[in-house]
Amino acid sequence: MKCIVALKQIPDLQQLRIRNREPVLNDIPYTLGAIDKNALELGVQLKEELDWEVVVISAGNEELEDTIKEALAGGADNSFLLIDNQIDQMDSAEIASLLAEMIRRSEDIGLAIFGEGSGDNYTGQVGSRVAEILGWPQAGYATSVSVDGSTAKVTRALDDCIEEVELDLPAVIIVSAGLNTPRIPSVMQILKAGKLPKEIITLDDLSLVSSANQIETVSNLAPIAERKQIKIGSVDELLNCLESAGVERR
Amino acid sequence: MLGVLVWSVQTKLACELLSAAREIDQEVFALAINDDAQAESLAQKGAQVFRLNNQSLEIANTASIAHAISQVVNQLNPEYILLSSNRRGKELAGRLAQIINAGCLSDVRALVSSDGQIECVRNALGGATIAHQVIKTQQKLIAISANCYEVPSDQGGGQVQDISVKVEDSKLRLLSTQGKPSEGVDISSAEVVVAVGQGLENEELLETVNKIANQIGGIVGCTKPIATDRKWLGEERIIGLSGATCKPNVALLLGTSGQVQFSVGIRDADTIVAVDKDDQANVFTLADYYLVADLNDFLPKLSTSL
Ligand SMILES: Cc1cc2nc3c(=O)[nH]c(=O)nc-3n(C[C@H](O)[C@H](O)[C@H](O)COP(=O)(O)OP(=O)(O)OC[C@H]3O[C@@H](n4cnc5c(N)ncnc54)[C@H](O)[C@@H]3O)c2cc1C
Ligand SMILES: Cc1cc2nc3c(=O)[nH]c(=O)nc-3n(C[C@H](O)[C@H](O)[C@H](O)COP(=O)(O)OP(=O)(O)OC[C@H]3O[C@@H](n4cnc5c(N)ncnc54)[C@H](O)[C@@H]3O)c2cc1C
Repeated sequence: MKCIVALKQIPDLQQLRIRNREPVLNDIPYTLGAIDKNALELGVQLKEELDWEVVVISAGNEELEDTIKEALAGGADNSFLLIDNQIDQMDSAEIASLLAEMIRRSEDIGLAIFGEGSGDNYTGQVGSRVAEILGWPQAGYATSVSVDGSTAKVTRALDDCIEEVELDLPAVIIVSAGLNTPRIPSVMQILKAGKLPKEIITLDDLSLVSSANQIETVSNLAPIAERKQIKIGSVDELLNCLESAGVERR
Repeated sequence: MLGVLVWSVQTKLACELLSAAREIDQEVFALAINDDAQAESLAQKGAQVFRLNNQSLEIANTASIAHAISQVVNQLNPEYILLSSNRRGKELAGRLAQIINAGCLSDVRALVSSDGQIECVRNALGGATIAHQVIKTQQKLIAISANCYEVPSDQGGGQVQDISVKVEDSKLRLLSTQGKPSEGVDISSAEVVVAVGQGLENEELLETVNKIANQIGGIVGCTKPIATDRKWLGEERIIGLSGATCKPNVALLLGTSGQVQFSVGIRDADTIVAVDKDDQANVFTLADYYLVADLNDFLPKLSTSL
């Protein structure tokens, strides 16, 4: 059986700079989102337990092959990559239809694992959309998963409750941030990762009619920060600041 | 295609959606699924409510709820569908949007009408930017964050009618539900917030922080690692992208580095006062007043001075 893990390459937001309120995204190296690494770790844990195969799928621009090495070193068996610079302009619906098409090309899938939200836009739609396209059941905000034959038991952390559900396989699992601690690959693993089997396709290889963008971004600017940034020197001064801001001592 | 359909599993959030819906100048329909009390509450707010009662419909089953709502959408044909951007709502949004071929935005904090279009305002790039976005599809699905709109007051005049849908065989079974332990704190509506981060070096100091918060009528909030890694405080106290958005009069930030995923939750505060031992701390750029100090010395001093 296979476990598909969907990973998105994102600009490393730690290095994001703002200039004239515009985010400057050029020259920022790519990385994988923290939650996506949790998704991969879950896949690798299931593989160790069930002797499954972990297949990473991802759609991204030409940097993807490099970015994804980190993931392969984290325990994936092979990868299926859609590399095309047009991917950067696509919205969640288009990305979901591409990923669903890629998943359809594999056989014998038990689970397809996604993150609760990507590291950059965090809209949290892609996993649910893919589940619908494939007609599979889904469980979001998963904190633990166990597989037994043709079903999976999933614990989910929701807003006000913890829920346990059982799903028929194949199923989509969307993991909750921080559900596990992703392993850190050794230097040897990173070196080996470059040699793991991979299949690379472009948009031309998928028979999808491209649709118009569903979302138009009118503006995307950093908020105006107009803080005073006044340095103060003592606890007493700090108390004065709190009081003049309206704090009352009880 | 006209009208706004709203649904949330949580009645308070469904009520907030009624307020959000008023930004769109169209007729409002509210849906209540297997929840007569919610149908009543929404009707009291003046909404035209459709009550969907079907015992084979399980809220835990995102796929079947999405298909049920898509049938309601087909019957009422609204232009807008508003869901709450809590966990259930967000998960549902993607699936429902896919069925009805709608563009979808989640974590939307405000709807703004501009040139006859509805712009959705939401954080992007981990909170570094605020995006204004328009959905271009005929039907539009928007998931709205909690606490961004008021619960409208009761006005009467609403009515409840039944609606029905077909429910397919389920590929998911609910095994158990367990309430999360909750202290019932609502950090998002606090007037004064005392937020602690990993600069708090030991758990004992939390006692002093609690005392200070009491002394100044504040509620203690925290950064994510304090709740999820150290587990010193409950998750409902997390401020930021994955937690609450606060709009207090005053925020006192203690040992928080002010990374953007945190600061999105506090940047609407009127006044921000930050304390950090690093004189180059990033958090100072979002503060009105800042003090360079070690919390180990600062906290006991502040508490005694109060
Ligand atoms: C400022 C800005 C705002 C945007 N806002 C929106 C918006 O509101 N709505 C919208 O539809 N699009 C939006 N986009 C486009 C969006 O970033 C991409 O379409 C993206 O690939 C999918 O959405 P997401 O990042 O939110 O993924 P999410 O739905 O948050 O991702 C969930 C999971 O899906 C998987 N996944 C997502 N993308 C990929 C991928 N390319 N390859 C492999 N796995 C993947 C990962 O497991 C990830 O954890 C925006 C882009 C920008 C620049
Ligand atoms: C998708 C995603 C979502 C996230 N959502 C959230 C969220 O909702 N909320 C959130 O908070 N984070 C969130 N994060 C994490 C966020 O990026 C930061 O990692 C986190 O906010 C840092 O927490 P901190 O400020 O407590 O710790 P640190 O970054 O470690 O900062 C500690 C600060 O304390 C100072 N300090 C250290 N010792 C002392 C001392 N003795 N006295 C005084 N000062 C001291 C340090 O100089 C430093 O400035 C998210 C991350 C991701 C990727």
